[in-house]
Amino acid sequence: MKVFKQSPIKSTLSVLALALASSTTMAQELSVTVTNLTQGLHFTPVITAAHTSDSNIFMAGEIASAELQAMAEGGDISGLSSVLTNADADVNENPAAGLLAPAMSASFTLMTDAANTHLSVAAMVLPSNDGFAGLDSWEIPTEAGTYTVFLNAYDAGTEANDEVRGGGAPGVAGMPVPPPLEDLIGMNGTGITDMESNTKVHIHRGSLGDSDLEAGTSDINNSVQRWLNPVAKLTITVQ
Amino acid sequence: MLTFKTQKNTVKNRTKKFSQPLLIASLLTLGLAACGDNDNKTPVITEEEVVVTVPDVTVVPVMEYGYSVTVTNLTYAQPLSPVALTLHGDAKMWEVGQKASIALENLAEGGDNLAFLALTSNIATISSEGAVPPGASVTLDITTTDAMATYFTVATMLVNTNDAFSGLTGVDISTLAIDQEKSWNLNVYDAGTELNNEAAGTIPGPADGGVGFDAARNDIDLVGYHSGIVSKDDGLSSSVLTQAHRFDNPAVKLTITRTK
Repeated sequence: MKVFKQSPIKSTLSVLALALASSTTMAQELSVTVTNLTQGLHFTPVITAAHTSDSNIFMAGEIASAELQAMAEGGDISGLSSVLTNADADVNENPAAGLLAPAMSASFTLMTDAANTHLSVAAMVLPSNDGFAGLDSWEIPTEAGTYTVFLNAYDAGTEANDEVRGGGAPGVAGMPVPPPLEDLIGMNGTGITDMESNTKVHIHRGSLGDSDLEAGTSDINNSVQRWLNPVAKLTITVQ
Repeated sequence: MLTFKTQKNTVKNRTKKFSQPLLIASLLTLGLAACGDNDNKTPVITEEEVVVTVPDVTVVPVMEYGYSVTVTNLTYAQPLSPVALTLHGDAKMWEVGQKASIALENLAEGGDNLAFLALTSNIATISSEGAVPPGASVTLDITTTDAMATYFTVATMLVNTNDAFSGLTGVDISTLAIDQEKSWNLNVYDAGTELNNEAAGTIPGPADGGVGFDAARNDIDLVGYHSGIVSKDDGLSSSVLTQAHRFDNPAVKLTITRTK
């Protein structure tokens, strides 16, 4: 994860903000824009949450929770939302009102409670078996300003990356194919692999794909639907 | 800096003070126009005197701003097209989710930065003399006297691709102090104007020697991040590129230093 402080604001405002932020236990208003940086991936509904420093929706190197698995395999964020709400997190769901298409952005405002000092984000990337763009517990700055955070693609480690059409329910093999993907991906792939030997959350190794939309080993288009990290950008303005 | 104040009933040094041509405008505004520059007679001042402090240098020199920008090619086998560096006002020359300009399309598809450098929003421009090979660096020095030129843009094509480019645009450098430097590792964008088919005849770099700019737009037509080279060695049999032409982010290191 790379984090840049983009534009220091006017010094008078900084001083004011520092004065106000002298105690970290204060509510904040965040203006957030999430950008799908890719040209070939759709994001399922994005979930963003401000939560306490000891909460995580995922951690690299740990086994995915059932709620994370449901998001990563099928784009279902209801489980994560429940867990976060029960933990008194401040949650934003589905700012794009559906899939966030390639190169598109969605913006929203998040009011955070004093105790919720860290920000996490997740959205499944399509086409994939269990890939997701993720941000794990980024500490929200107390100084007013605009910050940019880049998100990498993770693999939930819960499903083999066979790269062929299938289902999005947890435990169901294959990739979910919601309407826009129906016409964008291939078919009849024989499958890249049926193994998932690393069952912990890890940086996704990327899709292999192939150049045959009617056959081949993969239903992913290798010249369009691969990616390089980062895959998403968060622009966060702390008021 | 020019400062002045009024004092009652003092007459010291007024002839000397009035000898500064610079002061005439000020004096006129104070209604003391009767006092000529070379008039040795006591000026007609009955109640007030103007005391003026003037700088030793009455001609303020034009402020010049200078920056040194170093671009390093971090890739294995992707030469960078001649690097464009521009200073301008608050503007971005591209943005994820927006269509590429024709000028950017020329740069990203053909490595030709002439139109990009000619964009009317540019205040100062410079280009490296040639391509920057893998592993090499180039340093460009740029100066301006325009106080509005507080943002910079750098752009260059990865020439063994259909329309990949790297760079940074619309970055505010107004707070950069002299000798202060900032660095970035830059990712690779895709102009979105040409399919990444990696086909023979479509890539201008030495891997192909094909066509650069083509006005037709047959891709998503939105700028985004590049998905990388597939190559004929990794499943795109129609590609003229090999495993050697693949790249990853970051592809370029950029450092800017304010020199004056």
